[in-house]
Amino acid sequence: MRYAYFTLAFLVVLTVSVLGFRGSTFTRPPMMVFPDTFFPEMNHQAKYKPQASSTFFADGRADRPLPAGVVSRNPLRDDDHLYRGKTANGQWAKGFPAAVAVDARLIARGRERYTIYCAPCHGALGDGKGIVTQYNWGAPANFHSDVFRSMPEGQIFDTITNGAKTMFSYGDKLVPEDRWAVIAYVRALQRAQNARVNDVEANHKQELGIK
Amino acid sequence: MSKIFPKSANRLPLQIIIFLIVLLGVVTTATNYYATPKYTRVGYAPVQPVPYSHALHVDKLGLDCRYCHSNVEKSGVANLPTAQTCMNCHSQVRTDSPLLAPVRAAYQSGEPINWVRIHQVPDYVYFNHSVHVNRGVSCVSCHGQINQMEVVAHAKSLSMGFCLDCHRNPQANVRPLDQVTNLNWNADQVKIDGKPHAEWAAEFVKNNKIKPPQSCTGCHR
Repeated sequence: MRYAYFTLAFLVVLTVSVLGFRGSTFTRPPMMVFPDTFFPEMNHQAKYKPQASSTFFADGRADRPLPAGVVSRNPLRDDDHLYRGKTANGQWAKGFPAAVAVDARLIARGRERYTIYCAPCHGALGDGKGIVTQYNWGAPANFHSDVFRSMPEGQIFDTITNGAKTMFSYGDKLVPEDRWAVIAYVRALQRAQNARVNDVEANHKQELGIK
Repeated sequence: MSKIFPKSANRLPLQIIIFLIVLLGVVTTATNYYATPKYTRVGYAPVQPVPYSHALHVDKLGLDCRYCHSNVEKSGVANLPTAQTCMNCHSQVRTDSPLLAPVRAAYQSGEPINWVRIHQVPDYVYFNHSVHVNRGVSCVSCHGQINQMEVVAHAKSLSMGFCLDCHRNPQANVRPLDQVTNLNWNADQVKIDGKPHAEWAAEFVKNNKIKPPQSCTGCHR
């Protein structure tokens, strides 16, 4: 009987030394509690998931690129101002499109999106001193220069959509409505950096120590 | 006539039964300890084609999670970034780093980088990122302190028990929506709208009608 217990103790030590403890770091693919061999079509089912791989397509991707000449099923984007930042005669549109209501909600949304996608380069203040400038980036645009203060909203929209100079397109990250929200926030930043005493409402002057 | 069995054989049946009980206990304990994602998945840190450091990009540079995982609020899937997303900065920064060669190659050719997936629920489990982050569940709740990881490792078990713990008590894991991607946020150290977290969370759950499903079909659909 003693030998049975010795054998059991040996097996416990063997198991622990082979399998180790919970939580240790490892690089090999995780073990399956229900291996695919014995439980086929359970953990890994014959379906494609986003950004997954495929053995069927030559390029190995489950996500398929759009075929040439494909037509979007989404509603037609015929509002040039809203979707391209241009007026009917092809000029950069000034001001915001009619479909976008410029209100506090839009600016708050713009602030959030700006902080995520724009601030790393252009800085929280829009002065072009984002974190990338500490890594030999060069000079991201400073929105408080005259060029950008006088730039039509439509041209800023186009820059976000298609990029400009060293800036790449952010069209995949910001939908058109978000791009207008960001523009509204950039306009707010520009105004904040060039504010005059008269811009402060009377009831807030005392808080700021202005007479 | 001598006895066939020694006298000690009288105790043998009882001893065998006791051994079998001990054996059963050991096997149960071992299964309980090893046959769970707490053992099989936690700690999984595969070698990636590019040694991307979340600690550098998130904690040191201050990038938001959504800069790269840009569709997490809109989609069920927290997407991996496109090569262009990397090149937004790396077209200028560290342009000749050999570590970034796969990124440059992917950007040139359009072929994807073969990142190794770490967090993965089984195919019979439905999970949607957007519904969680839009209800105040932070990335850190399921992925751990990614912002401090040089190499991403699987931090939480993501077992069914793990999901149900929160689905039964969502108050413990919700936070203000503007803090969802702030992985250093600590519920114990802040007051929200002048209230301690527990009180705020109870109201937040009630006002937003957060009723996480606990039925089987909620996730196994």
